[in-house]
Amino acid sequence: MKELMLGNKAVARGMYEAGVTFISSYPGTPSTEITEEAAKYSEIDCEWAPNEKVALEAAHGATLGGVRAACAMKHVGLNVAADPLFTISYQGVNAGLVICVADDPGMHSSQNEQDSRHYARAAKVPMLEPADSEEARVFTKRAFELSEKYNTPVFIRMCTRIAHSQSVVEPEEREAFPQVPYQKDPTKVMMTANSRNAHVRVEQRTKDLIALAENTELNRVEMGDTHIGVITSSTSYQYAREVFGERASVLKLGMVWPLPEQLIRDFAAKVETLYVLEELDPFIEEHCRKLGIRVHGKDVFPICGEFSQNLVRACLGFDEPQTLSVSDAIPGRPPVMCAGCPHRGVFYVLHKKKLMVYGDIGCYTLGAIAPLNAMDLNVCMGASCSGLHGFNKAMGAAGEKNSVGVIGDSTFIHSGITGITEIAYNMSNSTVIILDNSITGMTGHQQNPTTGKNLRGDPAGKVDLEALCHAVGIRRVRVVDPYDLAAVEAAVTEELAAEEPSVIISRRPCVMIRGMKHQPPIQVDSARCVGCRQCMQIGCPAISFREKKARIDPTLCIGCRVCGQMCRFSALPGREVTEA
Amino acid sequence: MSTKNIMIVGVGGQGTLLASKLLGDVLLRQGYDVKVSEVHGMSQRGGSVVTYVRYGEKVYSPVIDRGEADVILSFEKLEAARWLSWLKPEGLMITNTQEMEPMPVITGAAAYPENLVEKMRAAGARVMAKDFLAIAMEAGSPRTVNVALIGCLSTSFAEIPEEDWLAAIDRIVPEKFRDLNKKAFALGRQAGQKEDR
Ligand SMILES: Cc1ncc(C[n+]2csc(CCOP(=O)(O)OP(=O)(O)O)c2C)c(N)n1
Repeated sequence: MKELMLGNKAVARGMYEAGVTFISSYPGTPSTEITEEAAKYSEIDCEWAPNEKVALEAAHGATLGGVRAACAMKHVGLNVAADPLFTISYQGVNAGLVICVADDPGMHSSQNEQDSRHYARAAKVPMLEPADSEEARVFTKRAFELSEKYNTPVFIRMCTRIAHSQSVVEPEEREAFPQVPYQKDPTKVMMTANSRNAHVRVEQRTKDLIALAENTELNRVEMGDTHIGVITSSTSYQYAREVFGERASVLKLGMVWPLPEQLIRDFAAKVETLYVLEELDPFIEEHCRKLGIRVHGKDVFPICGEFSQNLVRACLGFDEPQTLSVSDAIPGRPPVMCAGCPHRGVFYVLHKKKLMVYGDIGCYTLGAIAPLNAMDLNVCMGASCSGLHGFNKAMGAAGEKNSVGVIGDSTFIHSGITGITEIAYNMSNSTVIILDNSITGMTGHQQNPTTGKNLRGDPAGKVDLEALCHAVGIRRVRVVDPYDLAAVEAAVTEELAAEEPSVIISRRPCVMIRGMKHQPPIQVDSARCVGCRQCMQIGCPAISFREKKARIDPTLCIGCRVCGQMCRFSALPGREVTEA
Repeated sequence: MSTKNIMIVGVGGQGTLLASKLLGDVLLRQGYDVKVSEVHGMSQRGGSVVTYVRYGEKVYSPVIDRGEADVILSFEKLEAARWLSWLKPEGLMITNTQEMEPMPVITGAAAYPENLVEKMRAAGARVMAKDFLAIAMEAGSPRTVNVALIGCLSTSFAEIPEEDWLAAIDRIVPEKFRDLNKKAFALGRQAGQKEDR
């Protein structure tokens, strides 16, 4: 039966139908729902790995064990998984292995806009790219067949608009996939002659895949008017059809690496003016140029940002629709830390102490936004520890006494552990704050190795953060409650003063965790409120200012009482000692 | 039939997802090709959120662009003004009159513009503005603002009978909250029928 299905859910459906039994992933927008939706099928063992490298290695290991397996990650996750990727390409698989990578043109929720197709070419791994949910389902199944036939991992490349759009899907039954027996094979050890032979095999495999690309059903020609031809894929295909309708001919590529040669030449010969319409880098365009075909691409359409039908129209000089507008400036509505977010208190203290803050990736990156303004920079997951170490090596005491790294629990497990090991081993006097909110918040509340629960919420192993920090050689490890501003401030002051590295663990579960008990909302004592706005320094969305007084929105306030600790006039109730 | 475009805009946490789910479900069962597109992630944390719903014989692009929306259903007044330029000049803006201050307004860095409904009308837009929060309260819970708005929107579809909307609520809303939401739907629908546009 026809069903409206999210692109990511359709990938999960494709995996289910392909008989997949193991998925190991690390969350990251816009890829997260692939694994979450797959976990709803009891036949598939789904897990959150500590990071993408581990996830890919685990999934590959499962295919050696003879089952179809997959992993999903966002584009930057593939950087982390790149090391196993390149050698798994040589190594091959024992049963199908599919790697889903979701790019984020427009950076709706990412720190960069990298184009994953370069990885397909660099690692010589074929890449399929669906343009809607039904293709996401069908291509995923096809990817497993190709993986086994060509003995290679296969990429499914998603982008935000395909991953997070629902379109019509017609699900099919699950196929049984009998487990392939494991056989020891001495050529699987990747060194010397084995690696050299494997590389030769990979080069031949690419030639075979190019032959496939010439006549696979994954690539298709839709002939219309021949004045204009468009070579395109993914969501750009949808924009092309939206803008041109039948007034152009289209070569829609479902396999974006390796690319066909003859198919493109033949198509180019049939049309007068040829465009390549692709988001991000000129990947298909450069391939066409290499073939000696004249095309318009990035001379007309931008490299940066996401496309849309109006953008395509504007670039081509077509008329754009008329619009209405009001002249007032409309204030922005940036995302904010939730009311009661335990990160808030820590950032208030860092702001107050005017420290250099080496940030990281998570909800707490919102600590960079006004009024907290308490983050100097961030780079990638884990850089808050290792980057801070380098900064302090350069700055000496001037850095060490005035800087901290802040990192979330999930991010710390992902790649902060090696960073604090660097601090301990190479002895910079650095201070790292682990914001342990017992969840992977930013990506929508996934469990992680510090929470004691697995992906399905069942009891699982649990990392002891204090013991871990001690074990890598950090002797000063202390835990604070971020709802207690004085305690946070004392901890930061003392650890910066200490003549050795420290880790401060700020521990309070995220208020949005399902089933969390909240305190009743607080009220402003208007007789006492003098309207000094001091409580608004913490940037809580539950506090606003009306008729020269602070006002608390009772539907948002969860009674954390951090604001009360800001008030010098006792207009807001202060801290009550409650158990964390 | 050419593709029709409906946008649902609001503030993260207001329940726009349920609204688009109901709408998508109803349209799919009318036999249309449908695409529903939203961005997850950051936007959940009190940020501005938008969902695009497109339907017709064959839908290509998953997004709605400036000047293309037939109807915008706005959960909050400032958001209506923010997305106004996405409306077709002859389109319909349905907005909740509720105001939610964004952080720049809370911190005093910006002001919440006044008289937005009048200004949108002056710009040439057809605007239906109602206090859907009050309607939701009347139904029994402020959380039903989303379904009250859908009730109002349903009056823009002369061809879709009321039963189809109610059936979608039956399929999608958990039993515990069904009656509450049906009440909100009915009140929202009444409000839509009463309004002269
Ligand atoms: C390499 C990489 N993988 C995944 C992501 C996506 N991502 C961004 S923040 C985040 C999780 C942050 O969780 P945590 O560190 O616990 O902080 P919280 O959001 O809970 O405050 C993830 C997985 C990323 N940015 N980079």
